[in-house]
Amino acid sequence: MGAFQSSPSQPEYVDLKEKTGFSISQIGVLHTRFKLLGHNGETLKRDHFNSIPDLACNPIRSQIIEAFFDRRNFRRNGEGPVDEIHFEEFLMVMSHFKAPSPRMIEERESVRREKLRFIFNMHDTDDDGTITLEEYRHVIDELLSLTEDLGKDTAKGIADAAMREVASTSMAHMEPDEFFEGITFEHFLKLLKGFEIELKMNVHFSMMDTPTFCK
Amino acid sequence: MGSSVLCRAGIKRGVSCMLLLLLLFCFGGKCEVQESKPSPPTNLQPVENEFNQPQAYPEEERANLPMFTMDYPRIQIPFEITLWVLLASFAKIGFHIYHKITIWIPESCLLIAIGLIVGAIMHAVKEEPPAVLTSNVFFLYMLPLIVLDNGYFMPTRPFFENMGTVLWYAVVGTLWNSIGIGLSLFAICQFEVFGVQDINLQENLLFASIISAVDPVAALNVFEDIGVNEQIYIVIFGEGLYNDAVTVVLYNMFSFLADLPVVESTDVFLGVARFFIVAAGGILFGLLFGFVAAFTTRFTHNVRQIEPLFVFMYSYMAYLVAECFAISSVLAIITCAITMKHYVEENVSQRSCTTIRHVVKMLATVSETLIFFFLGVVTITTEHEWNWAYILFTLLFAFIWRGLGILVLTQIINPFRTIQFTFKDQFGLAYGGLRGAICFALVFTLPDNINRKNLFVTASIAVIIFTVFLQGISIRPIVEYMNIRKTNKDLNTINVEVHSRMMEHVVCGIEDLCGQWSHYYWKDKFKKFNDRVLRRILVRDNRAESSIVALYKRLELQNAMGLLDSPMGDLSAAPSIVSLYDERKEASRPKRKFLAGDVRKMHDILSKNMYKIRQKTMAYTNKYNLPDDTRTQEILIRRHASIRRSLRAESFREPSAQNTFKSQKYYSLQPGGSLETAFELRRRSNGADVDLSARPQSSDVSLRSSSRSILPMRKLNTIKESGGAVEPPAVPPHPHTDQIDGDKDPHEPMQPPQLPPPPGGWVRENQNGEGNPLLRHPSQGSRGSVRF
Repeated sequence: MGAFQSSPSQPEYVDLKEKTGFSISQIGVLHTRFKLLGHNGETLKRDHFNSIPDLACNPIRSQIIEAFFDRRNFRRNGEGPVDEIHFEEFLMVMSHFKAPSPRMIEERESVRREKLRFIFNMHDTDDDGTITLEEYRHVIDELLSLTEDLGKDTAKGIADAAMREVASTSMAHMEPDEFFEGITFEHFLKLLKGFEIELKMNVHFSMMDTPTFCK
Repeated sequence: MGSSVLCRAGIKRGVSCMLLLLLLFCFGGKCEVQESKPSPPTNLQPVENEFNQPQAYPEEERANLPMFTMDYPRIQIPFEITLWVLLASFAKIGFHIYHKITIWIPESCLLIAIGLIVGAIMHAVKEEPPAVLTSNVFFLYMLPLIVLDNGYFMPTRPFFENMGTVLWYAVVGTLWNSIGIGLSLFAICQFEVFGVQDINLQENLLFASIISAVDPVAALNVFEDIGVNEQIYIVIFGEGLYNDAVTVVLYNMFSFLADLPVVESTDVFLGVARFFIVAAGGILFGLLFGFVAAFTTRFTHNVRQIEPLFVFMYSYMAYLVAECFAISSVLAIITCAITMKHYVEENVSQRSCTTIRHVVKMLATVSETLIFFFLGVVTITTEHEWNWAYILFTLLFAFIWRGLGILVLTQIINPFRTIQFTFKDQFGLAYGGLRGAICFALVFTLPDNINRKNLFVTASIAVIIFTVFLQGISIRPIVEYMNIRKTNKDLNTINVEVHSRMMEHVVCGIEDLCGQWSHYYWKDKFKKFNDRVLRRILVRDNRAESSIVALYKRLELQNAMGLLDSPMGDLSAAPSIVSLYDERKEASRPKRKFLAGDVRKMHDILSKNMYKIRQKTMAYTNKYNLPDDTRTQEILIRRHASIRRSLRAESFREPSAQNTFKSQKYYSLQPGGSLETAFELRRRSNGADVDLSARPQSSDVSLRSSSRSILPMRKLNTIKESGGAVEPPAVPPHPHTDQIDGDKDPHEPMQPPQLPPPPGGWVRENQNGEGNPLLRHPSQGSRGSVRF
């Protein structure tokens, strides 16, 4: 950005760097973006997100936006939605998408948990710690909403099938009287055990406005 | 204990088989020696015999009809080719008799070893190897098959995500290697003591360009067994394929320059320009032929039998045309295969699709086997010139420069990568750079005016054998010792698909938020272009299919076939799978056509493979409404085996996919029904109780027969399955799958099962034909009940 940015003083950046793990330059870039999105205000609200044109064609746009306003992603052990976020919270949410540095590849389990937790929170809209069938159906509905228009029962069917998969993998043996509440986070982890999310769910923050071809 | 006995028995069997094979080879070889000569005399023999034999038939003429003639030269060439192919394939069979061999020694090594032995034998009997392995044959017939296989089954998504890295390594890496090795060898040549002073710089560079290219065949042969992580795999894969462009250019350039006494800078510049022409030309030709092939298959629905032909012919055409213009034919055929694959597989029938995949695999395997085999044979029978110094230094430099190259290149490109290569990864990459048959064939095409050609031949053979044997055998233990990240191939579940799509959207969204492009952006753009423009032209029944839904369909189909598979002889219920699509609802995008044809196809497949509803079930079902289309209810298992195989064939390179569908049996609920329904049905049915009471739950369900009947099957919709009959005891116990109660309301009335046991199906969904995937769950062992 060519505009002069009134960046917070360096100590604040350092403080954020400690908390989120971004580098100073990355924080600077993100701050610029934050200002741009929020029209140089102090906070971002939901409508600011709605004004991004590219985001409009994303099928799960609303969930992504909600994720920014979800306290669970702020790493402060809070819950519930907020209406506006400051830069710090913005950064917190973004930090979920940081690529693990090569050293951290060894500790990728914790990185995995973090990223999977983010996705889990996106699913679990009522904050109860489990993904129920309804929530899952909602997810699939959204995913399929823009690309094609199948019957809503198709989505339900898929969601059902997926839930059954979860049940079969996570609870091998159930008593007759138990029934399956929903997917807890542990089940979720187990389910996506083979999926190398820590390698895929990454955004390259240091170079904005440039196409990257190397993954 | 018992296993060691078995192993010994296996070893004995294996050894005896190998001996038998060797004898066969020798015999085959010797036969060719002898049979080629006495063709004339054999004609005389039967004439004599005539006088001794009784006249079997009245004959008018005095001249005797030869009883037994042999005309070997006529069939010689095809016969020899067939014989060699057969023998090589026998060798392949032989290896797998004792499984452990192929774990520790890659197949390429074994084949070369066998080839060496056979070559030695042939040399001993002074027999020439068949003239089948010339460079021409290799480049025109064998290589395209292998490359087609690589291109057709290339994992496109990781490839395009890593495209920059792949190209970087392929192009710059190969250049680095060639120039490095060439210059070093030239430096070595300056020393008089080694006796290779007459090799000038151009020749050195030429030789270096030949041996610097990593061979995809050999490397992948090794890597696939190990299962290294996707990043390394795709880099090696891509590098091996794409360095062909560089190799072609370098080879041509240097062989052109080898004739010239002086190299000028314009030549270098022209070389660079030529590289771009070669690469771009290859890709262009590939795209062209790919699109034409896709377009052709749009019209082949009436000539299904020859559909697979188009795939092969067009790819081969691409290859040949590229060869004709001396541009990178490998690139052409790969691009053609990648382009063609998606559209063709949507246009052709299920069977043709299977056939194509199967034939591609078969031809590639045969070709690969032959190549390695002949490598061994020809090694013995060609003229060699051995020069210790040159060869050893070649090996050394090849190794050093590759290692250095990987190191330096990775340092440069790592900052651009999201997932960076660790040192272990780099080591894997460097060590996995095997050389193979391409360099071998190339060295034979060296012009004869290079006076040390034999030395080059020897040196390249040495490099190949060294890398394939030493590196090939040792890479597995090294990879395991170093604990390089492996891949987890078990990713074919719906959940993973859903979440991976979701994650992509999330990342894409975040990137939009940050105002940043990346490959996700291009991917989205391409997908839109694809859906709007390309598919309308190239695909016959045009609909854009979400990958989730596609996967779901496929998994359901597999499950259905898996059910047909399993030894449930007593099964009375008909599994039913149906398309998810509701064509009538695709009204949002008016440009898209309905997928009626596809659904009909699937329906056809299924309907011909359903069990008949047995009498047993009939007794249980009072109200059994036969669908209008009665033929679907008959036992037509006649093709179930082939369909089963065809579905399994979908996962050639992912055998785990078969495992997933075996282990992840799941079934789905009808829409509108609640999971609670399924849950309590499961709860209540124990042992032989097959009572499934369908409790219509939601108001969505508008049409219900009386609940325990088999619902009518509509043409394009869910086929109901009656409740299963008694469980055959042979069914292996499955992990107990559980019901899921997704509904939050806990107050589902638990109705007692409606006795006597008419097995109910699920209540039928609306008759307007909503796709309703229903799947029958295979029995759960202990429970022994069949339900779904």
